[in-house]
Parts: sequence; C-alpha cells; structure tokens
Amino acid sequence: MEIVFALAIGVMAGSGVWLLLRPRTFQVIIGLSLLAYAVNLFIFGMGRLRVGAVPVIDPLKGSSPDLYTDPVPQALVLTAIVISFATTALFLVVLLASRGLNGTDHVDGQETGKE
Amino acid sequence: MGSWQQHLPILPVVLPLLTGTVLLLISETRHRLRATIALLATFAQLLLALTLLAMTDAQLPAPWHGEIAVYSLGNWAAPFGIVLVADRLAAIMLTLTATLGSAALLYSLARWERAGVHYLPLFQFLLMGLNGAFLTGDLFNLFVFFEVLLAASYGLALHGSGVARVKAGLHYIVVNLAASLLFLVAAALIYGVTGTLNMAELALRVQTLSPDDRTLFDIGAVLLGVVFLVKAGAWPLNFWLPTTYAAASAPVAGVFAILTKVGIYALLRFETLLHATGSPAPFGGEWLFHCGLATIAIGSLGILATQRLERLAGFLVIVSSGTLLAAIGFRGTALTGPALFYLVSSVLGGGAFFMVVEMVQRNRAYAADLLAISFEAFGLQDPASDTERPDETVGLPIPGAMAFLGLTFVSCALLLTGLPPLSGFVAKFSLLAAAIAEAPGGSSLPSWLFVAALLLSGLAGIISLSRLGMRVFWSGERSTPRLLWVEAGPVAGLIALCAILALAAGPATDYFRATAESLHNPAAYIHAVLPAYAGGAGE
Repeated sequence: MEIVFALAIGVMAGSGVWLLLRPRTFQVIIGLSLLAYAVNLFIFGMGRLRVGAVPVIDPLKGSSPDLYTDPVPQALVLTAIVISFATTALFLVVLLASRGLNGTDHVDGQETGKE
Repeated sequence: MGSWQQHLPILPVVLPLLTGTVLLLISETRHRLRATIALLATFAQLLLALTLLAMTDAQLPAPWHGEIAVYSLGNWAAPFGIVLVADRLAAIMLTLTATLGSAALLYSLARWERAGVHYLPLFQFLLMGLNGAFLTGDLFNLFVFFEVLLAASYGLALHGSGVARVKAGLHYIVVNLAASLLFLVAAALIYGVTGTLNMAELALRVQTLSPDDRTLFDIGAVLLGVVFLVKAGAWPLNFWLPTTYAAASAPVAGVFAILTKVGIYALLRFETLLHATGSPAPFGGEWLFHCGLATIAIGSLGILATQRLERLAGFLVIVSSGTLLAAIGFRGTALTGPALFYLVSSVLGGGAFFMVVEMVQRNRAYAADLLAISFEAFGLQDPASDTERPDETVGLPIPGAMAFLGLTFVSCALLLTGLPPLSGFVAKFSLLAAAIAEAPGGSSLPSWLFVAALLLSGLAGIISLSRLGMRVFWSGERSTPRLLWVEAGPVAGLIALCAILALAAGPATDYFRATAESLHNPAAYIHAVLPAYAGGAGE
C-alpha cells in the first residue's frame, strides 16, 4: 500500500510541477490542482497509513490509541481541501478575466514568439 | 481585572471578522455608513493593539504570568487546543498593522474605495489575517491566517481591475498558491515527525528527536523557510513583488508594505524558538545572512534601473526586506532590536511612499515628459491613458498641494534611504553601530559586508529618488494635482509618526531591545504557553 500511495503522490506532484511551468493559464490551474491533490494525500499519509481504523473514539471499542488512527491530519486535510478549492476557484476567475482582457491564455498576457 | 481584558488577545481577530461580515451585508450604495463602520472598526483595532502594547510592557494581570499573554481558544489547554500568544513582538506588529491600516483606509475613502466592489470587507479580512498571523501560537493556524490574508490580498491587488492589475495579479496568485502548498507539505512533515503543531511544544520536542527524524524535521523546516522567504520577498523568490505592488492601487500597495514583513516576523519567531535546538538551515545562521545581502544587492540594482516611481517603491520594499533578513541572519543577537526599529520605520515610510507616489503621478503630463520616448521604447504603459480611475467627489482639496507633495516626497526619501533627521536614520544608524560593535570579536568580514550593503543600498536609493524626483517636480508642463484633506492627512500622519519615532528614539529603542531579549529567551514563551512543561524548558 505504501508504494502505491507514494507513487500516486509522486506522479501527481511531478505532473503538477510540469504543468505549473507551462505557458498556458489552463495548464497552470490544472497543475495547481494536481499539486494540491498530491499535498492533500501527503498530509493524510503523515498520520500514518492504517486500514480499518477510525479517527473518532467509539465507546464500544474502548479508548486504547492502538485502535484508532491519528485524527489531526484528517482535520488538516479537510481544511487544506477547503482552502485549495476556494483559492482555485478564485484563480479561475482571474484566469477568465485575463483571457477576456488580453484575448490570449498566455500567462504573460501576450504571446511570445512561436510558442 | 475586568473579564474583557482576559479576552483581549482574540479581539484583534474577531473584530475585523465581524466588521467584514457586516460590511458585506450593507449595500454598496450606502457609502457613508459603510465608511463609518470600517473606520470605527479599524480605529478600535488600533486602540486594542495599543492596549496590548502597553500591557505586554509590564507585568500582566491575573490569569497570566510574566509578560506574555496566552489565550486558549475554547479553553482547551495548550498542546491540545490552539493558543493565541500576545508578547511584545506580536503587540508591535499588531500596532503597526492597525496604524498602517487606518492610514490606508482613510486615504482610500477619497476615491479608491469606489473603484470596485467589496473593497472595505476585503480590507477588514486582510487586517484579520495579519492580526491572526501575528498572534497565533500554532503552526497550522498560522497557515490558515496566511491564507486568509492572501485571499483578501488577491482581491485587493485586483481592486480596480485593468490589464496591468490582472496580469500582475495572475503571477502573484500563482506564486503564492504554490508557496501555500509548500507550507502544507512543511506543516504535515513537521507534524508527522514531532506529533505537534503547537510552536512552543515544537521547540521542546525537536530536542528529543532521533537523528533520522531530525533529518525529516530539517527538511520540513527548510520548506517552511522557503515559504517565509517567498512571503518576505527574498531573492531569488521576489520577481513577482515590484510588478504586483506597482500595479496595485495606492492604498492597497501601502498596506501591502507590511505583507512582506509577515514573512520576516515568521522567520524571526521560528528562528528564536528553534535556536536552542540548533537552528535548521533557513532559520538564522550564515545562510539567511547571505540571502539578505543578495536581496539588498538585487533590490539596489532594481532601484537604479527603474524608470517608474511605483516600481521604485516596490524595489525599496525589497531592499528593506533584504536588510531585515541580513540583520536577523547576522550572528549573535545584538542586531535584533535595531532590526525591529528598522522594520517599524521602513513599513511606515514605505506605506506613506506608495500613497505619495500616487498623488504625485495623478495629474502628471506624461506626453510632455522628456523621457516619453524611452517609456515607449521599453513598452511601458502611459499612465495618463489610465481611464478607470473614478472621479474624486469626497472632501475638500488642500491648498499648496505642490509644496505638500514636495515635502512628503522628500520626507519619504529621507526615511527610506536612512538620512537624518527622521526615524530611518536612527534605525540604520543603530543597525550599523550594532554591526560594527560586533566586528572586533570574531571574523569581522560579515560586519563590513553588512555595513557596505546598507550604505550602498542607501546611496542607490538617493540617486534614484533624486533623479525621479527631479523629473517629477522640476520638469515643468504639468498641472498642480488636486489633493483632498482625507488623502493628505494620513500621509502626513504616517510621516509625523516617523518623526515622533525619531524624537522618542530612546524609549522606542528600549522597548525594541526588551522585545529582542524576550525573543531570544524562548524559555519564557514556552513556559507561558505550556506551564506544565516548564521544567523541561531549561530555564
């Protein structure tokens, strides 16, 4: 499981960085989204990977910490998802405004050479 | 002690949040009501900040010990709940934010407020993010407040719209979103290794890490440092800064003068907390010092190269960031106090300068400019064609506008280049004196590098400011701009504050020195946040 998880993070972060460095605003926003997914998975992984363990204490199961997974990273992931969602939406608006004002989807607002 | 006093540390966060929400609900057409609410709230924040400033200078009342006020949110004790910590440094930064915020808000009421929608709520949310970032004692909470202030700053940077703003805003947003993702990775990594996000507990836990974990922690700390350096505008992470600040509307750019100092604040906070544990790479040490020197160098080159006052102001911000980074990175602790003095003085002066520049440029006859051709050659926009500026309708114009502009321009130039008699000189002089005093001890090369960088950057500033000032004020063929009291007042106020700071340099220096001492004694901070762990703090 760890290998699959690590590969997923690596592939998404790698593609995200590559797209982030591309000259089109659409590529940049997809790159940022992919990076955000990778980061969210990474935060989740920092709570250690456990199968079948819940984060919230269940009175029937008892209070031994061994039975539960760390709830803090899950709360952090939730916050991170909300924030990255909101900022991506905001960036989308700016992207559209830039496209409308400049008539091009280049990140610099103007075409450079043959690109 | 009144019970309200107990809740004082949270009020600078709650008040702008509520005000911003209320402002969202009131129709944009009711200018007077909205402006009154926003102004009252901002002045109230200034009062709160001043109260905290006075309180942290003395022994605190009942529930707190010593000089650091800790507020547990929801009354959950420290390592489990999130805490707000108001110490001297936080109080200074809060006061600075509220002062600059009040001035910029007053200035914007004349006309910028109407250049787009939701200016006033966004402004309050920006203040909330700033106040929260300065107060919080929790790493992830710091991230959240960074996001609050950044989200508000995205909106404000685009306020007024237009091609230049959208173009600059796009880059600004991408850079900061990428930095935020790094912040998340850093916070997760640090939590994964140490099991805590509380900054005080972090300082304790790091001491007991195994070597393997320590390596991981250092990687997290490096990422965190990179994020703070992006915010602080350190070279080579600052190419977005001059463009964004030049494109933003004047009061927004004025208040942005403190945004870079959030990064400086965070670096200083973590550096001092983690120092006892052997600072990880980006916090303190040679590394930060050289980064600061490079930032000063690049900023000075930018100052000399630029042909536009707005960009010049942006590069001056970069130089002040570089100076602060070099001062924090300077070995020993002697430079921290003077650095704080410099921070306050440069933020006030920089904020005023952005507004002065806008007033100076207002009626500028660009076509008559001698260098109009070179403007065209460099593909720069002619600001005279800027048609989106709304008409001024509020308030009375002041007499002697040109004399006022000339005086404020010169005052800002003196402040930012560190010439007497204003506070910029006192700040730079105390930095230089402290650096030279350090010299005979060990290797004196860093001291002389620092002195040279500071003096040369000041020289670059003087050259460029006098060149652009001559072109602006003496080139003729320009109409006298129409200034309103409500615009001139805040600028004059900021400069007067700098003059007071210079006059009261003695008490101010004492306060900053006490701040530096308490910063370099993190045991007090840890003890205040985690009374139970006090024994392990190594007091």
